Amino acid sequence: MSSIENTDLKNQLIADFQTLQTQLNGKSLLPVNQLRSEAMKNFAQLGFPTIRHEEWKYSNVSSLVKQNYNFEASSDFSNKDLKEIHLPHLKGNVLYFVNGVFHAELSHIESPGEHLQVVPFAEAQEKMPEVINRYFAQYADYKNDAFTALNTALAKDGVVVHIADNKTLEEPVILRFIGDTRKEDVGSQVRNLIVVGKNAEVKIAEAYRTIGDNKYFINTVTEFVLFEDARADYYKVQNESDKTHHIGTTQVYQQDRSYFYSATVTVNGGFVRNNLNIVLDGEHIESHMYGLYLPTGKQHVDNHTLVDHRKPNCQSNELYKGILMDKSTGVFNGKIFVRQDAQKTNAYQNCRNVVTTDEATMNTKPQLEIWADDVKCSHGTTTGKLNDEAIFYMQSRGIPKKEAIRLQLLAFAEDVVSQIKIDSIKEYLEGLIVDKLASLGK
Amino acid sequence: MLTISNLHARIEEKEILRGINFEVKPGEVHAIMGPNGSGKSTLASVLAGREDYEITNGTVEFNGKDLLDMSPEERAAEGIFLAFQYPVEIPGVTTVNFLKTAINEIRKYNGQESLDAAQFLKRMKEKAKLVKIDDTLLRRSLNEGFSGGEKKRNEIFQMAMLEPQLCILDETDSGLDIDALRIVAEGVNKLRDEKRSFIVVTHYQRLLDYIVPDFVHVLYKGRIVKSGTKDLALELEEKGYDWIKAEVDSLEVA
Repeated sequence: MSSIENTDLKNQLIADFQTLQTQLNGKSLLPVNQLRSEAMKNFAQLGFPTIRHEEWKYSNVSSLVKQNYNFEASSDFSNKDLKEIHLPHLKGNVLYFVNGVFHAELSHIESPGEHLQVVPFAEAQEKMPEVINRYFAQYADYKNDAFTALNTALAKDGVVVHIADNKTLEEPVILRFIGDTRKEDVGSQVRNLIVVGKNAEVKIAEAYRTIGDNKYFINTVTEFVLFEDARADYYKVQNESDKTHHIGTTQVYQQDRSYFYSATVTVNGGFVRNNLNIVLDGEHIESHMYGLYLPTGKQHVDNHTLVDHRKPNCQSNELYKGILMDKSTGVFNGKIFVRQDAQKTNAYQNCRNVVTTDEATMNTKPQLEIWADDVKCSHGTTTGKLNDEAIFYMQSRGIPKKEAIRLQLLAFAEDVVSQIKIDSIKEYLEGLIVDKLASLGK
Repeated sequence: MLTISNLHARIEEKEILRGINFEVKPGEVHAIMGPNGSGKSTLASVLAGREDYEITNGTVEFNGKDLLDMSPEERAAEGIFLAFQYPVEIPGVTTVNFLKTAINEIRKYNGQESLDAAQFLKRMKEKAKLVKIDDTLLRRSLNEGFSGGEKKRNEIFQMAMLEPQLCILDETDSGLDIDALRIVAEGVNKLRDEKRSFIVVTHYQRLLDYIVPDFVHVLYKGRIVKSGTKDLALELEEKGYDWIKAEVDSLEVA
C-alpha cells in the first residue's frame, strides 16, 4: 500500500466536500462542479501518499494527515497586522489572501478591463465563466496526484488572470497568501489559473507567509497556460512557520515560441513540497527554472520538477541551489522527458547544495528519459561543505570565520536571487536571506 | 617584532617543523629558502594560523603577544599578512567588497571606526596605482578566472590595502613569468619601510634579485640549517641544495 487509509484529515475533507455539495443549490451540474466531484472521488481513492510511494520516498506526510485543520477558520487580520508582515516598495496588482480567502479591503488591483483580467478565483465563475470552463483543471493532474485532486475538489479562492492576445500586463501581479494561525490550527487551499494569450506577457509572484503559532496546512495549485509567443515570469517565495505543511504544485503548459521563467525560493517552512511541472508542447519554446532553499532547524524542503519536451527545437534550463543548515533535510528530484518527436532539444539541469553541518541531509535524484536521438542534455548535482581553504583565505585577511561563511553563502544564494525581475520581491528576499543567514553559528 | 623559538609542528603523524628558531625585527626582510618538502610553506601556514597543523612544541611571539593562541583573523588584525602560494577563487564576492569587509573588521578589532565609502575608495585608488592593478579586475569576483599573474598581483594589492606589519610571501614567484615577477616585486618594494617586515618564502633565488633580503635562511628537514646574507642565496643558486643536504645528513649520521 502506498497510501494512508482513513486518516483523520482524509475523513474530515471527505465530509467537508459532502457538506459543500448540499449547498450547491442546483449548481452541481455546472462543468466545474462536475470536475470537482470527479476530483474528490479520485482523492478518496488515492488517499494521502506514504513514503512507499516513489514520489514521496523522502517526504513523509504522516504527521500532516494525523491532524485536523479548520478550513473555514475566520481571521480578524486587518490593515494593522500588515505592518508585521510589511513588504516594502510593493507595486502593481497586490492581492491579499488570508487563510485562503481573498481580502478585497487589503488588495489593490490595477489592471482591470476586458483585456487584462485579474479576478479572485471565487468570483471568476461568475465573472469569467468561459475562461474557467475552458481552462480550469485541464492541466494539473487531479487523476493521479492526491494533493492536486484534493485542491481541485475543494479550493475556494486564489486568482484567475487572463491576458488577451498581444497584451502586456505592465505591473506585476503579486499574490500574498497569509496563514493566520493566531487562534487555531488552520487549513487552506489556494487555486490559481493564469492564461496568457498569444504574444501576451505577465509577471506573477506568489508570496507565502504565516503569523501565529498554531499548525498550518496549505495546499496550492497554480496552472499556467502560455499560448504562442506568450511570456510569463513566475516567482514563488515561501516564508512560513516551522508548524507549516506547504504542498504546492505549479503546472505549466507552453505552446510554440512561448517563454516561461521561474524562481522558487523557500526561506522558511516546516515541511515544504514544491512540484513544478512544465509541458513544452510546441516548437522553439524556452523554459527556465531557478530554485533556492535554505532550511534550518528541522525544516524539510522538497522540490520536484518535471520538464516534458514533446516537440522539437526547444530549450529548458534549470538551476536549483540549496543551503542546508542544522538538522534540516532537502530533496531535489528533477525529471526531464525528451519524447521521440522532440529532436534538437537542449535540456540542462543543475542542482548544487551546501551542507553546513554533519546532521543536515540532502537527497538528489536527476531522472532523464530520452527517446529522441539528436538532443543535447546534461545534468549535474553536487552536495558538499563550504571550501575550508576559502574560509581560511578570508580569515587570513581579518574576516571572522562566521562572517566568512556568511559572505560565501550569500554569494552562493545570490546566483538565484539575482534572477528575480520584480524589484520589490527581489529586495524582500535579499533581506530575508541576510536575516536568515545572520543567525548562522550563533 | 616576531620571535620564533623551538617551533615544532606536524600534520597528522608527520612532523614537518622540527625546532625552528629565528627573529624578525621591524623593517627587516628575511628570505626562507630550501629544497622541496623542507617545511617552508608549512612555516608560512603555521604563522598565518592554518588549522591543518598541530603545534607540538615551541612558541611564537608577535609584538609581545602569543601568536599561536590567536585565530587567523586575530593574527590578521594584529598585522600579519600571508600572500598565498595558491590564492583561492571566491565566486560571487568581489575583491572590493571583500576588502571593505576585511579592512573594517580589522579596524573594529583595533577599536577604530569603519572607513566610509569615500575613504575606502581613495585608499583603493592609491594602492591600485601603487601595485599597478587594473580597476576592472577588482570589481570582478575575487580571483575567479584570474590568470596566475593577476592572482599574485591581487595578493600584493590586498597586502597594500591592509597595511600589515609583517608580510609573509609564500612562493609568490611560483608560476610567474619574468615580467609578472618584476611587477609583483616592484609592488612589494614600494611597501617596504623601516617598520614593515617581510618573510619571503621561495625555492629559487630569482625573486631575491628583485626583493633583496637582509637575511637568508635555509630550511631543510624542518630546521634552519644555515643562515646568512643575500650572498648565501647566490651561492645556493650556483651550487644547488645538495651540498647543504650532504652536510646536514652527514651530521645526522654521525
